[in-house]
Amino acid sequence: MKLALHIAWRFLSSAKRQTLIIVLGIAVGVSVQVFIGSLISGLQKSLVDTTIGSSSHITLSKDEFGLIDDYDIIIDYLNEVDSLSVVVPTVTLPEGILSKDLITKEILLRGFDLSLAERIYKFEDKLTDGNQMPDQPFEIILGIGLKQALGVNVGDQIDYELRGVPQTFTIVNFFDFKVNVINQTWAVTTLETAQTVLNSPSLTSIETQMKDVFQARIIASAFTEIFASEGIGVTNWMDLNEELLSGLNGQSTSSTMIQVFVIISVVLGISSVLAITVLQKSKQIGILKAMGIKDRDASFVFLFEGFILGIFGAIGGILLGLGLLYSFQTFALNPDGTPVVPLFIEPSFIMLSALIALIASTLAALIPAIKSSKLTVIEVIRNA
Amino acid sequence: MPKIVELKNINKVYGEKTPNPTQVVFDLSLDIEEETFNSIIGQSGSGKSTLLNILGTLDKATSGDVIINGKNTQNMSKNELSTLRNETIGFIFQFHYLLPEFTALENVLMPYKISKKPITLDVINRANELLEIVGLTKVKNNLAMNMSGGQQQRVAIARALINNPKMILADEPTGNLDSDTTEQVYTLLREINKRYKTTFIIITHDRHIAEKADRIIEIKDGRINLDIQKLN
Repeated sequence: MKLALHIAWRFLSSAKRQTLIIVLGIAVGVSVQVFIGSLISGLQKSLVDTTIGSSSHITLSKDEFGLIDDYDIIIDYLNEVDSLSVVVPTVTLPEGILSKDLITKEILLRGFDLSLAERIYKFEDKLTDGNQMPDQPFEIILGIGLKQALGVNVGDQIDYELRGVPQTFTIVNFFDFKVNVINQTWAVTTLETAQTVLNSPSLTSIETQMKDVFQARIIASAFTEIFASEGIGVTNWMDLNEELLSGLNGQSTSSTMIQVFVIISVVLGISSVLAITVLQKSKQIGILKAMGIKDRDASFVFLFEGFILGIFGAIGGILLGLGLLYSFQTFALNPDGTPVVPLFIEPSFIMLSALIALIASTLAALIPAIKSSKLTVIEVIRNA
Repeated sequence: MPKIVELKNINKVYGEKTPNPTQVVFDLSLDIEEETFNSIIGQSGSGKSTLLNILGTLDKATSGDVIINGKNTQNMSKNELSTLRNETIGFIFQFHYLLPEFTALENVLMPYKISKKPITLDVINRANELLEIVGLTKVKNNLAMNMSGGQQQRVAIARALINNPKMILADEPTGNLDSDTTEQVYTLLREINKRYKTTFIIITHDRHIAEKADRIIEIKDGRINLDIQKLN
């Protein structure tokens, strides 16, 4: 084995240009894999993040805006579930009407435990006038769309009416979700205020976020069974975003396809070049066999050649791929200077690409290796 | 004197399964004694190279027995034959067949490395000694591909000797060398034969060279035509 490795190394290092070209071939293949793979997964992460990053992944609620009464037990239970990252008690009041000087807007009044809700909705990043959040009773923050529609400002009092019952809120801030529907319809207050308006200590729903968003469907179906007896229904983001999911799937599949074809072409390339090398080196293999090298060791020479080419190709490919990613990050920018696709480098994926290249290169050397093992001294002497 | 090789009723047919098989060796029997210097002569196509390849276990006889160093090789596995070749036989070919990617010294050490024994200082000293005998000490670290034909052939001789084989088979070892170099190489081979008691079987078509051997075997049409043993 050691001898085979030594011979393989010498064969490769004495034909530097040829070796360099094969290594470059593998490296380009690996770099395409690393680049495409990282790009697609970065794209998917950012897509998933923008779409559902700031919303509930699994929501528990009763039908027809029924109330969840003994929610402490449920919240305690959910807090124990490992795959959930946050559990937010919520009161959502539809059909309320905000009015200021004869202008009225139908809105959704949402009351949260704001410190917990912050982890889903990231209000603090979205506030437009300083960082004041509602902390006193009947303080409220409004979508930026409502600011214009109602002509109100921070510090203004605003009237709110739900099913004929009037209340007065103080506006402490505005938020911009960059989503028109939310900016036009959401008004956010504390859980206690919302419960006061609701005139009940209950919740209308419980919102959660997951550690791994793609587990949502599985966990949700488990919750459905557990809470069915309480009359609580469970929705999850995956069921509500079928189109997004099928888009992501399509993207993953096409990315995998590209990667598979790249590997195939790398394998064919190495295999054919090494097959030619066996012909080039048949004289050497013949003489080694005359001197008594075993067929197994003779074939290991080429397996090692494949392996060595794979190692250098993989290292070169990773560097090249990271370079591509870096330049893509640096030069492909949005008008505001942020990268078109945020960089997402997953070391495990890159290691996997390198490993695949290594295995593929070694496998590609298999046919040449078998060929070398079958070569007889007599053939070589006769063809000299 | 014990026998290093015994050939018993060797036949060799090429293309056995084709409509026109060609027999190149006919029922040939031959013994070679240890420590002797033998030459095989014959016209091209006489079957002498085939005979040498069978002697060296590089080719298999169609029928008959090849007994080397007391062991019958006809039923040995490929691996057993490899080990036998590595330990017992040294080869010198007309086209020297060095590994061009390796230096002279590395080429000489190659059969020893193939035996997978650890490389010791003794072995390296022996390789250096052999290179000195063939007069290549100065160029021992040159790559084989950068050496002249005569130098390469002398490296091949040193290489054939590294494992201290009982027998060296040489097929036209001076076939592509000029007459002065040819003379040097033969003198060298005879010296080695005397010094290490190595048996030599050399194919040559140079009668002048053949006559220097202890025994001349002439092959004609796949049979022994003449077998002359010199009396010492």
